[in-house]
Amino acid sequence: MVKDEKESANRPDNTAFTQQRLPAWQPMLSAGIIIPGFVLIGLAFIGIGVVLFISSRSIQVLEMDYTGVEQKSACFKCSDPTVKDCICSLEFSIDSLFKGPVFMYYGLSNYFQNYRRYGVSKDYNQLYGDLTYFKTPSDTCAPYVYDKNKPIVPCGSIANSMFNDTFRLYQSVGTNGTKKQVPFDGKGIAWWTDYNIKYRNPSVVPLMDAFNGTTKPIFWSKTAYELDPTDPNNNGFINEDFLVWMRRAALPDFRKLYRRITAGDYAEGLPAGNYSLEISYNYPVLSFGGRKKVVFSNVSWMGGRNEFLGIAYLVIGALCVFMSIVMLIVYAKFKFPDDE
Amino acid sequence: MSFFGLDCVRKKEREQERKLRANDREYNLPFRYATNAIKTSKYNFFSFLPLNLFEQFQRIANAYFLFLLVLQVIPQISSLSWFTTVVPLVLVLSVTAAKDATDDINRHRSDNQVNNRKVQVLIDRKLRSEKWMDIQVGDIIKLENNQFVTADLLLLSSSEPLNLVYIETAELDGETNLKVRQALPVTGDLGGDMEKLADFNGEVRCEPPNNRLDRFTGTLTYAGQKYPLDNEKILLRGCTLRNTEWCFGLVLFAGPETKLMQNCGRTTFKRTSIDRLMNVLVLCIFGFLAFMCTILAIGNYFWELHKGTEFTIFLPRPDGNDAAFSAFLTFWSYVIILNTVVPISLYVSVEIIRLGNSFYIEWDRKMYYARNDTPAEARTTTLNEELGQIKYVFSDKTGTLTQNIMTFNKCSINGKSYGDVYDYTGQRLEITEHTETVDFSFNPLADPRFMFHDHALVEAVKLENPEVHAFFRLLALCHTVMAEEKTEGELLYQAQSPDEGALVTAARNFGFVFRSRTPDSISIVEMGKQRSYELLAILDFNNVRKRMSVIVRSPEGKLSLYCKGADTIIYERLHQSCSKLMDVTTEHLNEFAGEGLRTLVLAYKDLDEEYFNQWKQRHHEASTTLEDREDKLDQLYEEIEKDLLLLGATAIEDKLQDGVPQTIEQLSKADIKIWVLTGDKQETAENIGYSCNLLREEMNEVFIISANSLEDVRQELRNARTCMKPAAAENSVFLPERILGKGVKVVADDVVNGEYGLVINGHSLAYALESSVEQEFLNTACMCKAVICCRVTPLQKAQVVELVKKYKQAVTLAIGDGANDVSMIKAAHIGVGISGQEGMQAVLSSDYSFAQFRFLQRLLLVHGRWSYLRMCKFLRYFFYKNFTFTFVHFWYAFFCGFSAQTVYDQWFITLYNLMYTALPVLGMSLFDQDVNDVWSFQHPQLYVPGQLNLYFSKKAFFKCALHSCYSSLVLFFIPYAAMYNTVRDDGKDVADYQSFALLTQTCLLFAVSIQLGFEMSYWTVVNTFFVLGSLAMYFAVTFAMYSDGMFLMLPSAFPFIGTARNSLNQTNVWLTIFLTSILCILPVVTYRFLMVHLCPTINDKVMFKVRQAKAMPPPPPRRARIRRTSSRRSGYAFSHAQGYGDLVTSGRFLRRPAVSRSSGFAHGRPTTGFSPMGRSAGYSPTGRPQNTKTPDVEVTSLQMYRSIRDPAL
Repeated sequence: MVKDEKESANRPDNTAFTQQRLPAWQPMLSAGIIIPGFVLIGLAFIGIGVVLFISSRSIQVLEMDYTGVEQKSACFKCSDPTVKDCICSLEFSIDSLFKGPVFMYYGLSNYFQNYRRYGVSKDYNQLYGDLTYFKTPSDTCAPYVYDKNKPIVPCGSIANSMFNDTFRLYQSVGTNGTKKQVPFDGKGIAWWTDYNIKYRNPSVVPLMDAFNGTTKPIFWSKTAYELDPTDPNNNGFINEDFLVWMRRAALPDFRKLYRRITAGDYAEGLPAGNYSLEISYNYPVLSFGGRKKVVFSNVSWMGGRNEFLGIAYLVIGALCVFMSIVMLIVYAKFKFPDDE
Repeated sequence: MSFFGLDCVRKKEREQERKLRANDREYNLPFRYATNAIKTSKYNFFSFLPLNLFEQFQRIANAYFLFLLVLQVIPQISSLSWFTTVVPLVLVLSVTAAKDATDDINRHRSDNQVNNRKVQVLIDRKLRSEKWMDIQVGDIIKLENNQFVTADLLLLSSSEPLNLVYIETAELDGETNLKVRQALPVTGDLGGDMEKLADFNGEVRCEPPNNRLDRFTGTLTYAGQKYPLDNEKILLRGCTLRNTEWCFGLVLFAGPETKLMQNCGRTTFKRTSIDRLMNVLVLCIFGFLAFMCTILAIGNYFWELHKGTEFTIFLPRPDGNDAAFSAFLTFWSYVIILNTVVPISLYVSVEIIRLGNSFYIEWDRKMYYARNDTPAEARTTTLNEELGQIKYVFSDKTGTLTQNIMTFNKCSINGKSYGDVYDYTGQRLEITEHTETVDFSFNPLADPRFMFHDHALVEAVKLENPEVHAFFRLLALCHTVMAEEKTEGELLYQAQSPDEGALVTAARNFGFVFRSRTPDSISIVEMGKQRSYELLAILDFNNVRKRMSVIVRSPEGKLSLYCKGADTIIYERLHQSCSKLMDVTTEHLNEFAGEGLRTLVLAYKDLDEEYFNQWKQRHHEASTTLEDREDKLDQLYEEIEKDLLLLGATAIEDKLQDGVPQTIEQLSKADIKIWVLTGDKQETAENIGYSCNLLREEMNEVFIISANSLEDVRQELRNARTCMKPAAAENSVFLPERILGKGVKVVADDVVNGEYGLVINGHSLAYALESSVEQEFLNTACMCKAVICCRVTPLQKAQVVELVKKYKQAVTLAIGDGANDVSMIKAAHIGVGISGQEGMQAVLSSDYSFAQFRFLQRLLLVHGRWSYLRMCKFLRYFFYKNFTFTFVHFWYAFFCGFSAQTVYDQWFITLYNLMYTALPVLGMSLFDQDVNDVWSFQHPQLYVPGQLNLYFSKKAFFKCALHSCYSSLVLFFIPYAAMYNTVRDDGKDVADYQSFALLTQTCLLFAVSIQLGFEMSYWTVVNTFFVLGSLAMYFAVTFAMYSDGMFLMLPSAFPFIGTARNSLNQTNVWLTIFLTSILCILPVVTYRFLMVHLCPTINDKVMFKVRQAKAMPPPPPRRARIRRTSSRRSGYAFSHAQGYGDLVTSGRFLRRPAVSRSSGFAHGRPTTGFSPMGRSAGYSPTGRPQNTKTPDVEVTSLQMYRSIRDPAL
């Protein structure tokens, strides 16, 4: 026996793996699976598409451009870059209840937040509250690292170009033109992770002291620690408007959440009526052909309004059903060649 | 000397002539000849890293990634972090380095082992045991029996008479028969006397080191006399001393300067056709990459010009950057981003897949030969997929198709045929392993390995049938076999050809034991009685005579001539009285030949004493004349070999290996053309051709080309072609040809109706291979189903292979077992060695080796086909997944100002090829099979797509690219449209860059994984695990990297914190993923379905069949033994060289003959220049020198070391 073993010392092992006999499932594109599969997928898609389409349609959106390109536009006067501290007012009316919660967005177009050089121009460590980077911001922030030899905090192009138009919404109440301000809620417009983890103020009290020896971004009118005079927890790097801005957009046309309308009489939504939006117009976009707009919208389970998904599902569902018919015809006509 | 591994030895001017003096190290020192230390390793401890890295970066792919790395550290250009390139590059480099290191360690080990062998050297008048590496030129060393020759030596003296030594040259040329070397008498007189040897101060002048194994020129000056030296006095390193107690030699060349080492040229690196295609494609891809980058750079230029200048309020340009400069930088930035079209992991994965498939070959139990415990071996791991594309197989005959074992199978004695077994009813039985064998126990000297099944013959011997006795007596006497009897009764025959061995062994077993011979006597044991026959003459074999005879005097004093030879020749010389017997025997001969046996006819004649004496006198005169000696001898032989009496005929089976006919049939069904290239004679080759099913009776015609001039050969070839295809005769040299690359024309295959065979003779082949006829030859040969070239030299074998390689765009495979096949094995795209008995040379230079020819069908039809299929699927899918990945960046460029912004997270880019998609595709390429091996055999046609390059070609590649283009469009624009101006269900951002990146990369991963699922036709547990595991890993890694913890550790490396949590909890994100996945897959499924039904491929058909059968197909019917009824008859079967008769009678072969050394015999007549012809007999009708290309016997250094290490000593 021992001798036998020795003689076949080189005999390969007889396992399913070495002999390539592993049990396996060998699927095949047979008509019996493909055609019903297509029909099923098609029907499912049409179903999903219908639901998506209807729910997207149910979302109310009100979009207003206030760039002021046209002369008759309310903000035309402000579009001149030489005019400072300009305030303009957009009048609009709502026919039926704009169901709440209503979100107010500002939108920019032709704005390349996704340009690579723009995108890298920030300092994560500084924004994380690391004081050493207050003194010497990272080179990635170029060209906004130093201003007159003082380090810029927060440094970089993104921070520097923060959107600084502000809005106030009034509803005309009664006939005499009394205006009632619609309360905006600026809390919880940024991601929880951004607010709590990604961005952090230095743990210096008061916050102002941390910024000693630094300067504010060139385009900013206020320093970072006094962005929101009403709420000390909304200042510095965790100011929610700042956070929203810093989450740069993927595409050159984008919207960013400005405020939520959740409080008081407007918790149920914006009732029908006339409204006026008071805009302090600061942000220059005309020089690069950009547009600014405000958008009021509510949301559904599928997020904001986007009809594309619903339509795409419908179209592809229909296509599947159609293709299954074509395949059925081909299958019936050609069958499978039984023998070569 | 070589501290840094670089052999930075002095550059000495080329040696013109070698001068050395024996026993004089001081004298030899100034010449700085190499010592006997050898070094095949490349690196040492210190040089490994720099040298290895240097080598690796010479590879274009590695250099390319190094270049990318350099680009990435330039801040203006860097669009990706350095780690995206460094991580894979380091991985690849270290894997390769580890492999190189282990290889080199092995080489070091074998170097050490060889260098530290001991040998006895004469130093200070004493023999001392020294290491091999300390041997120097000019030393005198003593070798003992069975030792390896240490260096190239001049033989000085030996223990044997006449200063002969016997050597085995298997390591050098694979021939196992012993060869003889003889020392000069003047040095031979030194004998074993230490004093004399120590005083020996001969000076040798000889040629400088070279690699010619068969030639040596030099002179020895000793005691004022000059003696010429030639190859006969030289022992080459690598030989083994046999049958010689000891010998002394003078070292002429040592270590790296020995002929063996000079032959250690590196083997040319073989690449597969897929490799070459891949190189072309990679170049195309580089071009395409440059094209894409240019487009994007131009786009960037215009963007900067129109929008960028305006956008400078928010994004000022660095000083001095204008649009053009920005475009320039963008170009390079995009080179970095889009580099994934040529991913570094491609090359690594390809190697892994090949390695895996090589392991399958080694692991295959169905290619394991139990009898000598040899598994198949994949010696090269880089050629696997080419095994699935073989179009031409060039096969050696002896030892490859046949076992090179001759068995005495049948005989016809006095009109009675023996050898068949019949049952009670008189029905002939098939002889199998279980058939009862004849018991030879009555004969103590019988060879136990000899088998015979017909009891009648033994009965006849025992009954003392005189004809039967005469028959075997003839076989025991008429031959040139040498017997060696080490211990009493244990006989070992050294036969010059296996046929002779078989005949003598047969006689031995039937009671006529050839025991020993001296130059003038033969002793045999006849039925237990010792008898000594006086050997009076050997009428030797030659090609014209085709017979040999001996004249002997029996102990009783009776003179007889015994003759054996080819039937036609002997029949002419028979006495009329045997005419009746002739008829019966002819019938038997036809029957034997019909079964593919080699036949010989035996005849004898009693001689008259007087006549013989007179003849002997004339013979003596003739053999001493100087002119026309051959002719005169022939006449004399002719005269005496007549009026012979027929004894009978023998039938020897040149045993085919198991399953050869079936294999050949299978391969030809797979449209593989088989050419047999053999050194054998035409008749033998043709015969084997029939018995192994290569040539068939049903063939329309078998052309035989055997003309002796260029024009005649051309004409014969042309005639053959006219016969096959009348229309295409004249102008077909200029038939559809395509220009290929370097101006070489590719000849298209002609389509021929009917089956034809071609047999071409060696001398005709020499003409056919001349450049003016070679196309004619190739065209004709390729129209035939089977081609047999006989009497081919090793060089010609390689030339034939080269010819086909040159004009046919086809993959060739050469299979052989002997040293004479080495050249062809190296020349062909794939060389396969049969690990048989005939030395290791063929195996050592082969790419694959196994023990039996029949394994070839499994290697090709199963392993080759699968490897090819897997590799093609892998490449198609791999390019698809990377193109898709990369093209998305291209589309995104139009929306991000051509700023080289990546779509995905950088970590995703780093890990995509390395982690997320590596295992599933590897799993597919290691496990996939369309149909299992049984079905592969059942439908050899499945092999054809590989030959036609159908699975992966430029067209397939282009389709891949288009498919990727579609997928990338879907993968970019569906998320784009779905996310456009939308928000999360709590109103927050979801269209930001990071969420978009996450969405796109998730869509991408789903799409490519599902696509993989459709590519894969064999889902094992492992595959499923890999696919699902990779997806799971993606989510695990993504969530981990986007987690708070990672961010807190390295805020700037993991900026995507929270993205996964915030976006993957959204319904619309998942709906988008679902939509893109389905949309990517639907057209593929539809297309496949329609293709399968509208124009199904052979694979589709077979797979459909398999599906229908569900169960295993019935085992293929066992083929009955093929019996031919033709009258083709083998000729004189011996693959025999002339001149052995002389040797036998001269006694040179015999150990310790009675003659003493001083008898004067030593200086007898000049011998005919004994040069063993063996199987590698040279042959060159055109007068070209043989082996002008010495690569014939090259071995790579590594291989050589194996060969030196291996032999069981």
